[in-house]
Order: sequence, then C-alpha cells, then structure tokens
Amino acid sequence: MPANDDLQKAQRFREAAMPYLDDVYTLARYLLRDASDAEDAVQECYLRALKHFDSYRGPAMKPWLFAILRNVCNAEYARRAHRHSAIEDTPGAAEQTPIWQETEAGPETEMLRSRDAGAIRKLIDALAEPFKETFVLREINNLSYREIAEAAGVPVGTVMSRLARARAMLRAAWTAEEEQAR
Amino acid sequence: MTCDEARILLHALLDNELDAGHAREVEAHIASCPACAAELASQHEMKRVLADADLRYTAPSSLRARIEASLPQPQRQPTRRSVLRGFAMGSAVSALAASGVVALVLRQDDQQRILSEVVSAHLRSLQAGHLIDVVSTDQHTVKPWFNGKLDVAPPVIDLTAQGFTLVGGRLDYIDARAIGAVVYKRRQHVINLFVAQTASTEHRLPKTQSMQGFNCRRWGERGLNFWAVSDIGGDELAEFVDKFEAAMKANVEG
Repeated sequence: MPANDDLQKAQRFREAAMPYLDDVYTLARYLLRDASDAEDAVQECYLRALKHFDSYRGPAMKPWLFAILRNVCNAEYARRAHRHSAIEDTPGAAEQTPIWQETEAGPETEMLRSRDAGAIRKLIDALAEPFKETFVLREINNLSYREIAEAAGVPVGTVMSRLARARAMLRAAWTAEEEQAR
Repeated sequence: MTCDEARILLHALLDNELDAGHAREVEAHIASCPACAAELASQHEMKRVLADADLRYTAPSSLRARIEASLPQPQRQPTRRSVLRGFAMGSAVSALAASGVVALVLRQDDQQRILSEVVSAHLRSLQAGHLIDVVSTDQHTVKPWFNGKLDVAPPVIDLTAQGFTLVGGRLDYIDARAIGAVVYKRRQHVINLFVAQTASTEHRLPKTQSMQGFNCRRWGERGLNFWAVSDIGGDELAEFVDKFEAAMKANVEG
C-alpha cells in the first residue's frame, strides 16, 4: 500500500493537473497529428509531471504541463525524425514566408467563409513548427504571451513574431484554399 | 513605426497584450496606413471565425482512466470508517453496493436476510439527512411521535447517563414493513435500535452478528424484536443492550 504522503501528493496532483487534461490532449493532438500518439504523449506527460510535482513552484499549472508535454513530443519527433521536424528545429522555408502578402488586392478585406472545425483543424495541422505550437497555445489553449513564453522557453518577443507569422501563414493557406474552391 | 513592426504588433493589439503606450503607437500607425489597417481587419475577422469554431479536442475517457490508474491509489479495502463516511456523504455508488449486498444475501435464510436488511437500513440512515425524523434528546418527545405511525409503540429510553445519548427517532422499512428506529449516539458513532412487533412472546437471548463491518445485536422481549446496529465494537454494543434492558425492566417494575 502506498505511503500516506504519496496518497496526499497524488490527491493534490489530481486536483491541480487533471482539470487540464483536455487542454493538454488538445495540444498533443495538434503537435503530433495522431490520436493514439497524442494519448501516449499525454499519459507520459502526466507521469513526468507527477514525478516532478514536488519541485513544482508555479506560477501556473497549465503552462508547466505544456512545457512537459513539449519535451515528450520532441522525444516523439526524434523517434519519427525521418518524417517530421522537431519543434526546436531551426525554421527553414517557413521562416521565409512573408508576414503579409503584397498580392492582396488593396485594402478591401476578403471575407473568409466560415468553415467547419474539421477543415480548420487541417489547415492548422499543416502549419510548420514552431509556428503551429505558438498558434495553438494562443488561439486554442488561450495562454497569455507570457505563459506561452514560459511553456516554450523563449522570450515574449519571439512569441509575438512567431504568432504574427503563424496567423499570416494560416490566413494565406485559408484564402488559397478558397481560391481553389472557386 | 514602420509597417514591418506594425504587422507584428497588431497581433498583440488584437490579443490585448500591448501596454497603453504601444497600443497608441500601433493605432496611430494603422490610422495612417490603409494596408496595415486592412491587415488588422482581416486578422480580426479570422480570429472571429476561429473563435466560432470548436477547435478543441476532448481527451478520451480511456485516457483519463489510464492516467487515474497510474496515480497512487488509496487502499482498496475500505475501512469501517471510510464505509461510514461514504454513506454519510450519500454516495450513490456506496448505496448501490449496499443494495447489491442485500441482493446477494436474499438467497440465504430468513434470519440472514433480515440481518442484511437491518444493516442496509442502518447504512441508509447514515446518508445525509436520513438519520432522524424526529430530533430530540427527550424520550417524552420521541415516544409520542411514533403514535399512529406504527402498529407498535417502540420503547424509547434515554440512556444519556449510561453513556448512550438519545438523539431521535425515525420510521424505517424492514422486510417490507414499517418499523420504528430509535437513534442513539456513542461518541461519534450512531446506534440504530430497530423495534418490530412479533407474534411470539418468547424471550430470545441477545446474539451478536457482524455484517460488512457492522455489529448487529438481536434479541426478543415482551412480544417485540430488537436489532441494535452500529459500527462500535461488539462489547460496547452488548453493553448498550444490557443498559437498555436494565432500564426497560426498571421502567416496567417501577
């Protein structure tokens, strides 16, 4: 039978971390693009989080869990190295994508058609790292810039530029798809 | 501010992440730059469309269960106290377990069935708000309360001086019949004394049985059957029954 301390720790951990399971799973799904890989990663993330729970000093549980999940996912990326690039990889072509397209016809804003969630998820999935991660943390997991910086271990300025680029890439992909559909 | 700077900072503006000074600067640039204003508008619109879509995933319950299973678990064998607490909280799961026990024992003989019903009734009584219908430490309040509710007048005796505090009475059902329950407390432990009429007037000696960690002491006297149920020890429960019978005799004789 586990010692009483372990039980109390497990209970505190349960209360602190389990409410964010959907958030962590959501990030894992976008990062790994595979349901069963995401499940494995989330489980590993919670195991590691429990192990290091004693040294957890805050400030917020969500970014802390996300930081652990990133490490787990990077290990998974390393495993599939031949297929995908890791979050930490030096951004290649994606970094060269202009933040805005000069081709846009003047100040008239083209309205985006509402799309179903599945189609939007595909567009987000196609974003290159580390932009996708930044975008998901901000737009879907609702982290502040400072929390994203903590989770990803980069300065807030980097978060800002990555987010600007992620949104520009997403919008470009979105409008390109709509062009094709026409 | 250049357009390149504005193209990054307008996102922080959209996300309410800019301090007032920087926000003013970006707004000033946008007011004078139609291209950047268009970019802000289109990004604003995309944010709106994204906010409308449900882009989150829900963790499968199997994953939740896997993680729960990997956490250190409390001991599986519930102690008497934890069973009590579970029922005190009115846990539906525990109530189900209790009725399952009843179902299991039904095949056994009548005595055993009644014992399990008595224990179940005791467990039900420990659920929040089920213990007492009439709250009183005064036997002269509790006793008349049973009038007209039962075909028998359960003896209600205050045993506070003997260390068992009368806390009230309750109607319960055993063997599909209404039955009186007189409730006592010993420290924090509840004792339910169930009283039912019986056809036989024979005197039956007290006998203690245990079920689910509860002790039940049963005896027959003066045409009544008694069941005292509690989680206190068997010797303490026997003491309660002795004190109760002694007080009864004193009442009858006096």
